[in-house]
Amino acid sequence: MRRAAALPLAALALSGCTVPTFGASAGDTTSSRSVYHLWQGFSIGAAIIGTLVLVLLAWAILRYRRKGDAIPTQYQYHIPLELTYTIVPILIVFGLFAATMVVENKEVANPPTKVTIDVNAFQWGWKFSYPGTNAVVVGQTTQTPVMVMPVNTDVHINLTSTDVIHGFYVKAFNFSRYALPGIDNQFTFRAVNTGTFFGQCTQLCGLYHSLMFFKVKVVSASAYQTWLAGFTNSAAAQAAAAAQAGQSATYVPTKVTNSSGVK
Amino acid sequence: MTDVLERPLHLEEPDHHEHHGPSGLLKWLTTTDHKVIGLSYTVTSVILLVIGGAFAEIIRAQLASPNGTLVSLAQYNELFTMHGSVMIYLFAGPFAFGGLANIIVPIQVGAPDMAFPRLNALSYWLYLTGSITMLLGFFTAGGAANFGWVAYAPLSNSINTPGAGADLWIGGLLLTGFSAIFTGVNLVATIFYLRAPGMTMFRMPIFTWNMLVTAILILLAFPVLTAGLIMLYADRHFGTHIFSVAGGGVPVLWQHIFWFWGHPEVYILALPFFGMATEIFAVFSRKPVFGYKGMIFATITIAALSLGVWAHHMFTTGVVLLPFFSIMSLLIAVPTGIKIFNWIGTMWRGQVWFSTAMLMAIGFLVTFLVGGLTGVYLASPPLDFFTHDTYFVVAHFHSVVMALVLAGMGGLYYWGPKVTGYMLNERIGKIQFWFLFVGTQVFTMPLYLVGLRGMPRRMAIYPHDPQWKFLNDVSSLGAVLIGISTILFVVNLVVSWKKYPAGDNPWDAQTLEWFTTSPPPHHNFYRLPPIRSERPTWDYNHPEHHAVPHGQHVEPVLTTGESK
Repeated sequence: MRRAAALPLAALALSGCTVPTFGASAGDTTSSRSVYHLWQGFSIGAAIIGTLVLVLLAWAILRYRRKGDAIPTQYQYHIPLELTYTIVPILIVFGLFAATMVVENKEVANPPTKVTIDVNAFQWGWKFSYPGTNAVVVGQTTQTPVMVMPVNTDVHINLTSTDVIHGFYVKAFNFSRYALPGIDNQFTFRAVNTGTFFGQCTQLCGLYHSLMFFKVKVVSASAYQTWLAGFTNSAAAQAAAAAQAGQSATYVPTKVTNSSGVK
Repeated sequence: MTDVLERPLHLEEPDHHEHHGPSGLLKWLTTTDHKVIGLSYTVTSVILLVIGGAFAEIIRAQLASPNGTLVSLAQYNELFTMHGSVMIYLFAGPFAFGGLANIIVPIQVGAPDMAFPRLNALSYWLYLTGSITMLLGFFTAGGAANFGWVAYAPLSNSINTPGAGADLWIGGLLLTGFSAIFTGVNLVATIFYLRAPGMTMFRMPIFTWNMLVTAILILLAFPVLTAGLIMLYADRHFGTHIFSVAGGGVPVLWQHIFWFWGHPEVYILALPFFGMATEIFAVFSRKPVFGYKGMIFATITIAALSLGVWAHHMFTTGVVLLPFFSIMSLLIAVPTGIKIFNWIGTMWRGQVWFSTAMLMAIGFLVTFLVGGLTGVYLASPPLDFFTHDTYFVVAHFHSVVMALVLAGMGGLYYWGPKVTGYMLNERIGKIQFWFLFVGTQVFTMPLYLVGLRGMPRRMAIYPHDPQWKFLNDVSSLGAVLIGISTILFVVNLVVSWKKYPAGDNPWDAQTLEWFTTSPPPHHNFYRLPPIRSERPTWDYNHPEHHAVPHGQHVEPVLTTGESK
């Protein structure tokens, strides 16, 4: 069923190879590619309508510039014309809405997954924990904690916040979602490329908002298992990870705001 | 000067029309004349525009380097919070509905004053005190409010933002909110009850129509903001837990309340400027507004839809009904598109006169087109997930608001002569236009790109990706050009001071305000022309050039050439 819904997208995707990027990029998950093609579709529409308006405007400016004191015929209404530029945009809007729904349904679907990562945002850092395993990664600001996830696997993210609202944003995934206190936000990624991708908080969260970085490292399934296995001796491994994080830290701000009272 | 003395209208006026009130400072303090109050509003809001603009210039200077050190992280948060707050709460709205609308609407409908002149004066004083209150935050120990102009809970609670600056922000916003509500009441009452004989609803100028719809939106939206601010204040100081999870509250509720006001607010800001541009397009094309009734229905449709789209600001919260808010938001493109085509239709086959006001209106149209088209993207949840809280969004709404600034400048050049009796210098005005228009595009276009490359908004520094520097620098250059245009405007005010007498109707304009003197007398009119269309002054001056009636198309508009 998901395949059937993706058919019009596939058509878009085929043309996607030749149409311009319009400033965006395909990204590294299945969803990010759908979003990219939707972006291209919207951009083509915007380019056509924008060009039409600018050409008409340029014509009006050049052709009808004042040439004397003659008073032009006082035209005021043209009902068929007005109806045209009412009805055609409505049709375009419903087309855009249909394309939106196809991509959106795919993007917000939460299929059952084998890998789940609990992402917890706090002032000003991230904690990535892997339920059912001992793996936990924590880091503040430019310590830049790394979320490791396997490639070509549906990964379920459970996003929460400890204090204020944060934004979980990975540019390469063309995706962001708020981390809200009191709410579990659920979504699924399926990365199609391995690599390390930069992420950061996008929702203003206080003093060190500009520095609330993290990274997403997409690795092969076997590498992922190996990485998880490194956490078997939980206490020791966490201490090691914490020590490692401490060594790589270049900038450790003092927390100036007490957030303990919120939750 | 002689122009005024020679006017025959003065010969007819009875003596009791002369107004012998106080003058100077006392007049300004005690006046209930909508023109004086409107002028106070205009001057105050333009000063606030300059203050908000200065904040923007500091922000752009800070971002000129990836590790900018001009201001601290804390100061940066204060600066962008107060930039947004000043521009949206204290400039754009009050300039339009407190300033120009206050002056122009009563005259356009042939009324002697606003319906409630004392309430009108109270509005202004609330606005002035509210504005000062909000800005006083900079003089407190903790600095001004620093949680962004949207004040999202729980960042805005007393634990995360303990300072007095935040309370002054809430208090200032409450005061200006009440001033907006009172002005809304006044505009609605004036338009419904004080129209001159013959001025039916469908003979009101588009600007007045837009102000009526704006005022109704104000009455629907602002009380919600007021309620929300009181809740926020109660959470901060009275121990309520409306927005705090710890006490069983819901942080997202603040976003619902804020944006239920906030999205209508976008149109509360925009519709007056659409109205200004519409008047300018018609007058400087020497034609009636094309699709006058369609324009009105488009305005009403925009207002109606704007009440059902608030959650498109909240797509990324993950807790709103995406498809409903998406289609409602997308549909706003339709009436907005109608307006754009009607503006071009107004110019079509006209005699387009490129005065400063007209250039500003055309600049508005082009800039608003960019802002409108990029807005359509943001109505699509997947594209919003992608661009939310990046500079793409910042660029989008700066295209929109800079379009409004262009239209507002057009409004000042167009109506300034009516209000003061003197013209502004057209040559300086045109130079100002080019700096403002080009500056706006140079400022916004790189921001779209840097947003798509992943730069989030509200970042004081961006050390991890110095490649964003180039685009930020181009944008800062645009901000400098915009700053120069503002200086040119001030220069023009000084250079043109009482220099070029305007006369009653310098633009051969169409609506009622151009029938009276410049500036209008105390109660606006000594006499009125017959009002038989939405262009009474034009009908009076050009009785043989009435609008081609609805449905009568002597020749199709778009096919054959003009036979002059």
